[in-house]
Amino acid sequence: MNTKIATILLLASATGLAACSKKAPETLPPEPVQTTIPTTPTPPTTPTGPSVGTQAHFAGAVGSSTTIYFDTDRFNVDSQDAAALQAQAQYFARYPQLTFTIEGHADERGTREYNIALGEKRANSAKAYLVSLGVDANRIAVVSYGKERPVALASDEAAWAQNRRAASVLIN
Amino acid sequence: MTKTFLLLLTTALVAAPAAAQDLGAQIPQDQQVESVAIEGEDDGPLRGTVTDESAWSDIGIAIPAFATDRERATPANEAGTGALGREVARVITANLRNNGLFKPVGPDSLPQPAFGQVRAPAYGTWSGQGAEMLVQGYVTARDDGRLVVGCYLYDVQLQQQLVREGWVVAAGDWRRAAHKCSDLIFSRLTGESPFFDSRIAYIAETGPKDRRVKRLAVMDSDGANHRFLTLGSATALTPRYSPDYSKILYLSYVDGNPRIYVYDIGTGKQTLVTENRNPTIAPRWSPDGKSILFSMGVAGNTDIYRIPATGGTAIKLTDNPGIDVGGSYSPDGTKIVFESDRSGSQQCYVMDADGKNQKRISFFGGRCATPEWSPRGDQIAFTRIAGDFNVAVMNTGGGGMRVLTRGWQDEAPTWAPNGRIIQFFRTEKNSGRSGIWQVDLTGQNERRLPTPVDASDPAWGPIRP
Repeated sequence: MNTKIATILLLASATGLAACSKKAPETLPPEPVQTTIPTTPTPPTTPTGPSVGTQAHFAGAVGSSTTIYFDTDRFNVDSQDAAALQAQAQYFARYPQLTFTIEGHADERGTREYNIALGEKRANSAKAYLVSLGVDANRIAVVSYGKERPVALASDEAAWAQNRRAASVLIN
Repeated sequence: MTKTFLLLLTTALVAAPAAAQDLGAQIPQDQQVESVAIEGEDDGPLRGTVTDESAWSDIGIAIPAFATDRERATPANEAGTGALGREVARVITANLRNNGLFKPVGPDSLPQPAFGQVRAPAYGTWSGQGAEMLVQGYVTARDDGRLVVGCYLYDVQLQQQLVREGWVVAAGDWRRAAHKCSDLIFSRLTGESPFFDSRIAYIAETGPKDRRVKRLAVMDSDGANHRFLTLGSATALTPRYSPDYSKILYLSYVDGNPRIYVYDIGTGKQTLVTENRNPTIAPRWSPDGKSILFSMGVAGNTDIYRIPATGGTAIKLTDNPGIDVGGSYSPDGTKIVFESDRSGSQQCYVMDADGKNQKRISFFGGRCATPEWSPRGDQIAFTRIAGDFNVAVMNTGGGGMRVLTRGWQDEAPTWAPNGRIIQFFRTEKNSGRSGIWQVDLTGQNERRLPTPVDASDPAWGPIRP
């Protein structure tokens, strides 16, 4: 029964993704730079396109759905976020060996410590949603960067909307 | 040979974890400054009344070069104690001028008193210069390499000594004597508590907005003796000096997650505030240095906890589905002001130190964030978010709110040890560049502090021991 609902949701999401892109940003956020973990091994490269287990492969499969976006000071998963997370859940169901991190972020228009707490909340609500779709919680790490790692650099509403995000990132 | 090898090996083993923790070179521990009795014109109670009743900012003070009894080169100044005496007077002049206190005139435009005149000023000369107050002093080198610095404040019109004090300092600590002398003058003329002899921990920032390098750094209250404590491979944020300056609490992403570390200045090592898989943020000391407040996210929800500074069990102080974060003790340690979005947006709340009686105090429109209790106990400074971010103060019940700054994004106020001046950091729109600024409690004398690179998250420590 639950599986059936999940399947229906996943199907709905596939159509929803194509139709609805109101809130999605114009440009895809660049791949996060893992500057704080200098010992992270570089992923193996193959000459025939990205291999399973790389962020490029994940992004190639789900498109802009690697990242979900939030309203100011909010952390709830709305219908558009749900569609993106369903695409992610589908991908991670297909590759059960993969583990990943959800990075929570806030825009610059918040105080530093509050924003770290807010990013934590956003990343955890994305995680909870993925777990509800059947992704094993042990496969998902969570980290908040608050306002420390913006992807859009202007100080305007459009940039802030892109920075209020939870991005799923593969751990290689 | 084997011994040398073992020694090298040991050094390498000790050094390796420090680099892995993103730690740079160790800095010297804070030394005690010793007060000494010095000779003056009057050994009775020093209770002269200041003749000038005008505002502090209008009092003209002459600060000629400090004299010396005998020129001696010191590690502090190869040119000798006389040249060092001129430097001391320059530091005092800059301290007063930069903080908008009095009308100081420094040694470079004044005659230099002889050593014998330090205790017997040529009042006629100084009243002729238009000075109302006169600061004189001396620097002498002792045979043990330490310095004695004497500091005298005279009322030129009354022709009377108002106060004097002397200090013995290590040669490398000569600036502290200048700060002590500045504090002596400031306190005697204003009746306020001292603040110059203090240090500031902050975050030094470099690099573009999306790849900002953030390092833990410390400096004296006037920006001198600047040191970087971390190397910058991991983002460091929100430092706080312990009340005795022996440790610094701060947040680091060194293991990939936001976690609070206790950096011990004496040992140059750092430890996690609590062994835990959860993110820990917003560290604060209790006024006695025995407890640490921090905020911890569990399954996404952040609450405030207290833990003994020596380690042990963390006690949860708030238990709310909203974000509860930060926290700042009243100076008597009985209450904590903190921020919470439990009502829907960031607002300031006060609770007892054990977490009981949580009450919202901010009801003036806009948001209330990063509250910091004044060391005097009567005011709370905070970030007011109402369109722009500004530094504001209110009384401890939430009344009497006053906005002190008008930047686009002024954030995270920290109090001077005497509760008269507030530092904060200001971020520029678009570029994201940041700097430390200060403003006094009246909203006057706003200025940017000189730092070698961009700067944020200032945390002003208490008067040094």
